[in-house]
Amino acid sequence: MSRLKRKHLLGLADVSKEEISLILDTAEAMKEVFTRKVKKVPTLTGKTVVSFFFEPSTRTKASFDLAGKMLSANMLSLSGSSSSVAKGESLIDTGKTLEAMGADIIVIRHSAPGAPHLLARYVNASIINAGDGAHEHPTQALLDMFTIKEKKGRIEGLNVLIVGDILHSRVARSNIFGLKTMGANVRVVGPATLIPKDLKNLGVEVYYSLDEALKGADVVNILRIQRERQKKGLFPSIREYHRFYGMNERIISLLKDDVLILHPGPMNQGVEIDPIIALDDRAVIEEQVTNGVAVRMALFYLLAGRGNQNEKIN
Amino acid sequence: MKKLIKNGIVVDPERGRKEKLDILIENGKIVRIAEKIEETEDVKIIDVTGKYVLPGLVDLHVHLREPGFEHKETIATGTRAAAKGGFTSICCMPNTDPVADNPSVIRYIQHRSAEEGVIRVFPIGAITKGSKGEEIAEIGMLKEAGVVALSDDGRTVMNSGVMRRAMEYATPFDLTFITHCEDHNLVDNGMVNEGYASMMTGLPGYPAEAEEIIIARDIKLAELTGAKLHIAHVTTKGGVELIRQAKARGVSITAEVTPHHLVLCEEDVLSYDTNFKVNPPLRSKEDQAALIEGLQDGTIDIIATDHAPHAYEEKMVEFQWAPFGIAGLETALPVIITTLVKDGKLSLMDVVKKMSTKPAQILDLSVGGIGEGQEADLVVVDLEWEEEVRVKDLVSKGKNNPFIGWKLIGWPVMTMVKGKIVYQRSGFNAGN
Repeated sequence: MSRLKRKHLLGLADVSKEEISLILDTAEAMKEVFTRKVKKVPTLTGKTVVSFFFEPSTRTKASFDLAGKMLSANMLSLSGSSSSVAKGESLIDTGKTLEAMGADIIVIRHSAPGAPHLLARYVNASIINAGDGAHEHPTQALLDMFTIKEKKGRIEGLNVLIVGDILHSRVARSNIFGLKTMGANVRVVGPATLIPKDLKNLGVEVYYSLDEALKGADVVNILRIQRERQKKGLFPSIREYHRFYGMNERIISLLKDDVLILHPGPMNQGVEIDPIIALDDRAVIEEQVTNGVAVRMALFYLLAGRGNQNEKIN
Repeated sequence: MKKLIKNGIVVDPERGRKEKLDILIENGKIVRIAEKIEETEDVKIIDVTGKYVLPGLVDLHVHLREPGFEHKETIATGTRAAAKGGFTSICCMPNTDPVADNPSVIRYIQHRSAEEGVIRVFPIGAITKGSKGEEIAEIGMLKEAGVVALSDDGRTVMNSGVMRRAMEYATPFDLTFITHCEDHNLVDNGMVNEGYASMMTGLPGYPAEAEEIIIARDIKLAELTGAKLHIAHVTTKGGVELIRQAKARGVSITAEVTPHHLVLCEEDVLSYDTNFKVNPPLRSKEDQAALIEGLQDGTIDIIATDHAPHAYEEKMVEFQWAPFGIAGLETALPVIITTLVKDGKLSLMDVVKKMSTKPAQILDLSVGGIGEGQEADLVVVDLEWEEEVRVKDLVSKGKNNPFIGWKLIGWPVMTMVKGKIVYQRSGFNAGN
């Protein structure tokens, strides 16, 4: 396979193993650009990429922007209020405006699940979902998978544990879809109020005890805990969360020697992760950031490289 | 002038007949039904050979939006949409602005319906003042003004004490309570079925139990007070079972289901198409099967549209900010015929029972029949007529219809209220 069979990357739920492999392999080639003195290639010269962030984000936005620049695309960054309705202009109208300005790819981050899908339905540019509410964050999952593959040599057959707020996590959803497609055994652990009711139907093992869940885990992906969930009464206190689901000194003895520790960032140190874990040799949190740029370069290349990106697809 | 509907196949559940008959109409009433009625010069002949003549459809659950939300729908557009869908009588929900919780709003609706409407409109009054769930509305005066039922529509009366008092108070006025069953605290901001749909979309889940808890409560309160209860839009397997058990105990309860809950399921929301955003949400395939079974065995008495029109721009937004609702009056009958009648799950006779005769009986509306002496509220349906649902053809202001693009059969070709033709499908010749 040398091309993606899709125009947009809206999520990983329906992306095939071949396509994920193609993206990861392409990212490997893109990562090589990092080793160069002049970190820039002319691949996307003349193409326009708009990153449109309705939600504040530092690392994802910077990562996309840098990826585009390293491929020589014209980069335009916009930010919007979290509600396009509040702004008085609809998301569709905004998308059409960007299209009229010649956008080939629109990267969108939005608080509403499905916002990228709405855009994809009415706009001709390729749409990349950079995180939509509690739905998906496919590029994060791809960079997580890239990192796992890079460190472990494979994804298939590994026991990958995702810790924390599974219910509201777009990172967890995309990871679950992608990892299952790639043949990993996926486990989740967290407070019962933060785990979707029907998750087992996706073939995911559900744990409520961190100690149990960690047994035999090859990879541990620690999700960020949003304090707002505690205010909504989904768990009793940050202290209680840290006691039962925090990755702290106590659990170090439960980790495999060659475990891989991931975190999508930004970290709440002392809540879901303690410095002793973040600084452990087995944590690859900074490399995830580097890999994020490579994965996003790969996607830009694969989507803008298509011959028919301006073709109207309904 | 007299009208003679000739050669139609009359479907009449009251008399249990489905046969080729002529119908003579004079002064808005059916004066004769017979195998062959002689044509005379003073009669307008409407030849409907090969088509079915049904009693006009009756919808107990419609939102006309007037007064207050005329940008979504008006009595003029809503009744035209209804006529096009084969409905000759509709009951309109009180969630207008102002809320229909007092006689003046009811009279306004009646006045506008007489002025602008093309079919019969029966207003439903609010249970509580402002539908706030706190104080009982002027139920006696609402009855005097002509309401046919009581409902706070989408705003469940969450205080069980208030609901009990309302039911007790209203029982002597002989008004049925139509309840939208939703435990607001349990739903929180849920908007899609909790389960597969919420897991896959990341949209907040709306559990089946939120509906079932209030169905169970309202059944208990109806038993306590003797009130007549009609459960609006049942969507869950558990809900159907609760109603089945209550009926077996002899509780005075009836229930409705919408065409969209019968035909669509939670998987349809994975597209994030806001036309599938509806309250209660589209449920699982298992729930869907239970609804069809409930309809077949009589646990669910009727089909109602819950016609909920919204302005185009209101639905053209991110899923979570779109209002709930489907504007379904125009497509209800063809959707049911195409999906359920065609594959034998319901007969045409059943459809007439569920969409005309029985709804009229539930609220004692004295419509929904084809008999000599009755008013001529009729719909002519062509089971062969196939047409794609297109936005430009919809006459409701609400274009929020999930069946757009579907090819449907069984369209109404002519609708008549009190003997007057209020709708005629383009391409259908009613003769001269």
